Amino acid sequence: MKRVYVNEKWCLGCHLCEYNCAFANSGRSNMAMALKGVTIHPRIQVEEDPVRDIHFAVNCRHCEDALCVKSCIAGALSKKDGVVVIDRDKCVGCHTCVLVCPYGAIMPDESGLVMQKCELCTKNGRDIPACVDGCPNEAIVFEERG
Amino acid sequence: MRYVIIGNSTAAVGGVEGIRKVDPNGSITLIASEPHHTYSRPLISYLLLGRTDENRMKYRPDSFYEENHVDAHLGVTVTKIDPEQKYVETSSGEQFPYDRLLIGTGSRPFVPPMEGLSTVQNRFSFMTLDDARALDQVLMPESRVLIVGAGLIGLKCAEGILHRVKTVQVIDLAPRILPSILDETGSAMVQEYLEKKGVSILTGTTVERFDGHHATLTNGTACDFDVLVVAVGVRANTELAKEAGAQVGRGIQVDGEGRTSLPDVFAAGDCTETMDLASGTTHVMAILPNAYLQGEAAGQAMAGRDAPFDNAIPMNAMGFFELHMITAGSYDGQELVWKEKDSYKKLVLRDGKLVGYILIGDVARAGIYTSLIRQQTPLDEVDFDKLKDHPQLLAFGPKTRAEKLGGVPR
Ligand SMILES: Cc1cc2nc3c(=O)[nH]c(=O)nc-3n(C[C@H](O)[C@H](O)[C@H](O)COP(=O)(O)OP(=O)(O)OC[C@H]3O[C@@H](n4cnc5c(N)ncnc54)[C@H](O)[C@@H]3O)c2cc1C
Repeated sequence: MKRVYVNEKWCLGCHLCEYNCAFANSGRSNMAMALKGVTIHPRIQVEEDPVRDIHFAVNCRHCEDALCVKSCIAGALSKKDGVVVIDRDKCVGCHTCVLVCPYGAIMPDESGLVMQKCELCTKNGRDIPACVDGCPNEAIVFEERG
Repeated sequence: MRYVIIGNSTAAVGGVEGIRKVDPNGSITLIASEPHHTYSRPLISYLLLGRTDENRMKYRPDSFYEENHVDAHLGVTVTKIDPEQKYVETSSGEQFPYDRLLIGTGSRPFVPPMEGLSTVQNRFSFMTLDDARALDQVLMPESRVLIVGAGLIGLKCAEGILHRVKTVQVIDLAPRILPSILDETGSAMVQEYLEKKGVSILTGTTVERFDGHHATLTNGTACDFDVLVVAVGVRANTELAKEAGAQVGRGIQVDGEGRTSLPDVFAAGDCTETMDLASGTTHVMAILPNAYLQGEAAGQAMAGRDAPFDNAIPMNAMGFFELHMITAGSYDGQELVWKEKDSYKKLVLRDGKLVGYILIGDVARAGIYTSLIRQQTPLDEVDFDKLKDHPQLLAFGPKTRAEKLGGVPR
């Protein structure tokens, strides 16, 4: 299955992936309208250490043996064709997934009442995840690897 | 292969999914007392709160039994296990033979003997969907509710009903709320928050005597109420296993694959006691993620694949009125503490490893800490100063990060 992989040497720390993610999942067609003046809640987040000049983006790894899916108290997380997806109607925002995700890759959405996570843009009509599509330096790629 | 599963909750579902990972064909018979499609127990407070409904709180889709070829007997109670002849018997006398049996009987509320309890008309536990439905029936805007027990279940109940009743009074014999989950500072912080939201809390006291709508407390005061919820604790349902001759302590004793001391009999979930990796002791943990992971490991072992679940730790994610807290592991060790007005963080170290933590308020990415506990990662292998700041993958070296994020094989 294709996954998002990080090549941290190439990451400039530009945070474009965060903006593209927020836009892709905003349901809006105009990026400026979707993001202007709002605090974004992207599902991918850049970690950085400016002193050591390290940057990299973190999003859901779609683990083979996903702990979040097994731990979800609501049965809201499941695997669909290898992608860990969330049923936001079922989620009650208990944060058990935050308790168990070893990557820190799941977080509340802007309402704070329901969780959100990277679903590889499978629910917003894209073939390539928006974060990868917009990365200027191929620091994140969408590939099939063993 | 004939599999029989007793129970229809988290451990049982983990069992079904574990079996089906390995054996698509064996017959699975599932028998459970509750007549409902599998539902999420922890969601009953959210049901009363209006944040979910009975359809959305189903733990698995309607197609679950059919898709997994499970012959489900719901509303049927098992009364006996015969480990020699290898069958279980139900209250109606029906017998189900098994080759492998999974006991996922969970826990039930513990109601201590309390004088005059039988004089209370509106009295409830808060464990099951039926409990929530029954409570829902009697709650009225003018109801005064008394909840005995300030643990997770009692306080989740308080959160679920506060908006629709006149008053909620919680009392607990322990000197502080959530005593088994938080430390003193954390308890005090959460208590203050709950009180601000309108929940009345009295600690260090309990009911001496009930008389209808009146409770006399051991501290000499009294409390009038219309509805009583008793949530002082839970007990593992171990009787079936015990009577069949299995080794039982506070819970059914099992190994990492869920094997009991009886041949071909497995157990998982709240009915078992397990080794706690963080404290090194064995106890009943009664949390949903462990119930699933144990059930899944047992299911796989029943079908012949060893995939043990051997890093259980106590851990909880809890929220009350949008104040979130996440805790894990053991609090026995060297403590590092940060306290601000609206947030609290405590990390506990022992033998150069993280063994426990408490986060209140800011809980983002807590799973990175949980993973350090479960993997028993030596802290000299990571940049602990960064982790002290907040959980982040920057604390790991470039090689580990390449494995975690870059798909580079180990
Ligand atoms: C209000 C509330 C909130 C909670 N919140 C959380 C939370 O936030 N996080 C968390 O991790 N955990 C939470 N828990 C705990 C969690 O619900 C349990 O850990 C989990 O349900 C355990 O699953 P189980 O399958 O082991 O047992 P149970 O859920 O107890 O299910 C036992 C099953 O066995 C059946 N059964 C029992 N005896 C028999 C018999 N003799 N014959 C046939 N069937 C039988 C029952 O009908 C039931 O289907 C909460 C619990 C409650 C009540």
